[in-house]
Amino acid sequence: MAARIITITSGKGGVGKTTATANISVALGMRGQRVVAVDADIGLRNLDVVMGLENRIVYDLVDVVEGRCRLRQAMVRDKRLPELYLLPAAQTRDKTAVTPEQMVEVCEGLRPDFDFVLVDSPAGIEQGYRNAIAPADEAIVVTTPEVSAVRDADRIIGMIEAAEKEGTRLLINRVRIDMIRREDMLNIDDVLDILAIELLGIVPEDEEIIVATNRGRPLALENHARAGEAFSNIARRLLGEDVPLITLEKPSLFSRVKRFFAAS
Amino acid sequence: MDAAITIKGTRDGLLITLESGELPELLSEIRSLVESRNTFFRGGKVAVEVRDRKLSMAEAGQLRRLLETNGVRVWAILGTDPDTRTAVQKLGLETALPARPAPQAEEATVEESFIAGTGVLVHRTLRSGQSVYHAGHVVILGDVNSGSEVIAGGDVIVWGRLRGTVHAGVGGDEERCVCALDLSPTQLRIGNYIARPPEDRRRRRAAQPERAFVSGGQLVAEKWK
Repeated sequence: MAARIITITSGKGGVGKTTATANISVALGMRGQRVVAVDADIGLRNLDVVMGLENRIVYDLVDVVEGRCRLRQAMVRDKRLPELYLLPAAQTRDKTAVTPEQMVEVCEGLRPDFDFVLVDSPAGIEQGYRNAIAPADEAIVVTTPEVSAVRDADRIIGMIEAAEKEGTRLLINRVRIDMIRREDMLNIDDVLDILAIELLGIVPEDEEIIVATNRGRPLALENHARAGEAFSNIARRLLGEDVPLITLEKPSLFSRVKRFFAAS
Repeated sequence: MDAAITIKGTRDGLLITLESGELPELLSEIRSLVESRNTFFRGGKVAVEVRDRKLSMAEAGQLRRLLETNGVRVWAILGTDPDTRTAVQKLGLETALPARPAPQAEEATVEESFIAGTGVLVHRTLRSGQSVYHAGHVVILGDVNSGSEVIAGGDVIVWGRLRGTVHAGVGGDEERCVCALDLSPTQLRIGNYIARPPEDRRRRRAAQPERAFVSGGQLVAEKWK
């Protein structure tokens, strides 16, 4: 079956697009899906580092587009999983090196051989974003529960809707339940109130992500970590499974004791 | 030679005044103004004040056509010269603004909305970065998200949450109002008045429909019945 091409974008920088692309790709791969992750952030490529594949890059997306190599030659296979590939961006060029039409051509070239093509968009609303959204069948917008990220996400959702791409879903990243309870952080409903699109998933703040990035081992490879579990659930939802949202509350001794007394 | 025009919002729609300059340059000014702000003007109605200039029927007709090709309806051409007035009347246009009714109770507001020209109805939420410009009234069925803007010559009614920036009565019309089911704009302007929401925003404040308007030289908001 032909692949679903999904672009992961946000507007705001640093909210976790690349981490999400890497982890969702891995989680899908662990479920037997054939996945290629495409880094559309030309000039500031990061997907290769987060996936731990930077040492194995020979050709990149710009080489493909400029005809110096074939598409397959630029794809780096992630040996940890049977069918997970990376199409890296170029680091020594910039966003003007590729056009939206070329992105569409490349992704259509990938479509027959894969189940999922995940495109990691750069931040912003300019050429880089336009390149990344052009080939998409659907989009995932990543935001954090923070006013400036939500504002930018709203902008990008408006632009995706204007491009007539449907089925955009939201991933709320770096959620801190303790801050939400103190009302120092927007809660999930506040965010959904403003953005008004379907929620794909929530990923809790997890310092293991930093460790994983530095090691080049996406957390989703280890299913026990909280963020890793969240990404696995997101992958399952993308595959059509109805997975309830993870409870972000860590059951504390106190709350367990409270419940015990309440029940008696 | 300086061709200068000014635009003011009035209870009867927009008023374009030809301040100084000769007609050909002025027509050219008007054309570039209306074309460059096409979305703002389209659908609105406009009166043109020509002062003491002599306009022939052909020139008045040219002026009207110029505006109408951009979707703006000219309903009056005002001038002091008697020949101009005759020419305008022959075209079927008004030569004077309607006499101001004495300030009445709230009921008068309903009549004004018919006088001030057409409105535009937006059937969706405005997302950050989107804007609506219109010379008449604007009604939004949906939210106005933070980072979006509504700029109207008339009133602004938001059947939803107003969180963006809004400017009603653009052009100096202080009679306009802004209504919303949840009035929490980033910045609110009516005519030449600007206001920010109060600093003490408690998040769990129950939203109630409110109407903002100018009273006693400042912007006030009260419950919208």
